[in-house]
Amino acid sequence: MMAEYKLDATGLLCPMPVIKTQDRVADLQNGDVLEVICTDPGALNDVGAWCRINGHKLLETQQDEAQVIIKLEVMR
Amino acid sequence: MSRQIKAVSLISGGLDSLLATKVIMEQGVHVEGINFYTGFCVEGHTHAIRKKDKAKPKRNNALWVAEQLGIKLHIIDVIEEYKDVLINPKHGYGANMNPCHDCKTFMVHKALEWIESNDFDFIITGEVVGQRPMSQRKDTMPVIARESGAGDRLLRPLCAKHFEPSLPERENWVKRDELLDFHGRSRKPQMALAKKYGFEDYAQPAGGCCFLTDENYSKKLVDLWDARGNKEYEMDDIMLLKVGRHIRPANHFKLIVAREEGEVNFMQGYRNRFISIKTTSHPGPLVLVDGQPSAEDLQLAARIAARFSKGKQDDEVEVELRQANGESELISVKPMSVTEMPESWYV
Repeated sequence: MMAEYKLDATGLLCPMPVIKTQDRVADLQNGDVLEVICTDPGALNDVGAWCRINGHKLLETQQDEAQVIIKLEVMR
Repeated sequence: MSRQIKAVSLISGGLDSLLATKVIMEQGVHVEGINFYTGFCVEGHTHAIRKKDKAKPKRNNALWVAEQLGIKLHIIDVIEEYKDVLINPKHGYGANMNPCHDCKTFMVHKALEWIESNDFDFIITGEVVGQRPMSQRKDTMPVIARESGAGDRLLRPLCAKHFEPSLPERENWVKRDELLDFHGRSRKPQMALAKKYGFEDYAQPAGGCCFLTDENYSKKLVDLWDARGNKEYEMDDIMLLKVGRHIRPANHFKLIVAREEGEVNFMQGYRNRFISIKTTSHPGPLVLVDGQPSAEDLQLAARIAARFSKGKQDDEVEVELRQANGESELISVKPMSVTEMPESWYV
């Protein structure tokens, strides 16, 4: 059954948000959703690129002055 | 039926690793990328911090390269293991605190561990003989291959014809005829090859990718080690050396003075770990105090902070001294004058 998870990557700079996302996704199942919260605006591009490279689905992104939120679905 | 040959490519995000990988992919080898994060990577950090760079498009070049090639990329955090490489390099440092020879040996060794765990066949790097003064020389490149343990499982496609055939060539996993003979510091051959492959907008060659090759950064790192009396460091140290103006009035403490708004925002995140100083009567930068300052030292630090504020010409500036636990006090100080701050204090 699909589950939803959150990953707090606030305060981390490139490439740590990607590394943390990569490591967390390694433990998740097909269909699971991960919400990654970052303060590095570069994470928007980096996590997105990582998803495309590794075949995971980018569901949604939000950005304001304070943070970037990226939601992805694990595809295996 | 022959099995699919697989290689892992060390992807720095630069042009050479992009091209080296493509050359091997063109020969039908399945390639995945690997990128090792030591903590000293230049790209992205300053753009993420400095306000003037906020509008610049940001990308992780290693991810960009992987996407251009259509390959997976594994980014590996090696910050802890890398400490030993930096603190105790067998082959010493380059012009600054860059242990390039040991660094490359370490990364190839890690790649070897990876291919053994993942049932891959060989390792690719984008090294070009004669391009870099420490690690990319005709005499050092075979040493790196040997000391990493990879031996002839390490292939450098862009300059393979300058060396004896590697295992992938001898086994006919790749054709030696289709490998290259680049050498020297010129990037023209690489740029011509990139054009042939249709690659554009790649990271500009010859840019420094590691803070350890930077003279100013290296001075701050050595200063940190000298002051502490040992070469230990944490991630926060590496990050804070990349920002601010570092001022050391005495061996046991130093100030990190933010230079602009972006650095202030970044350094705010460290207020719960360091004593911080901020002028309140006049606009001024955030200052972090690293070390073990006495009360008298903090008065001096406050005067230095006032020096960098809009009140630097005034007789008195009000300053907030805030401890890491949140306790704070307001004091009034006379800003330091230029003549009171010796050049030797600046790291």
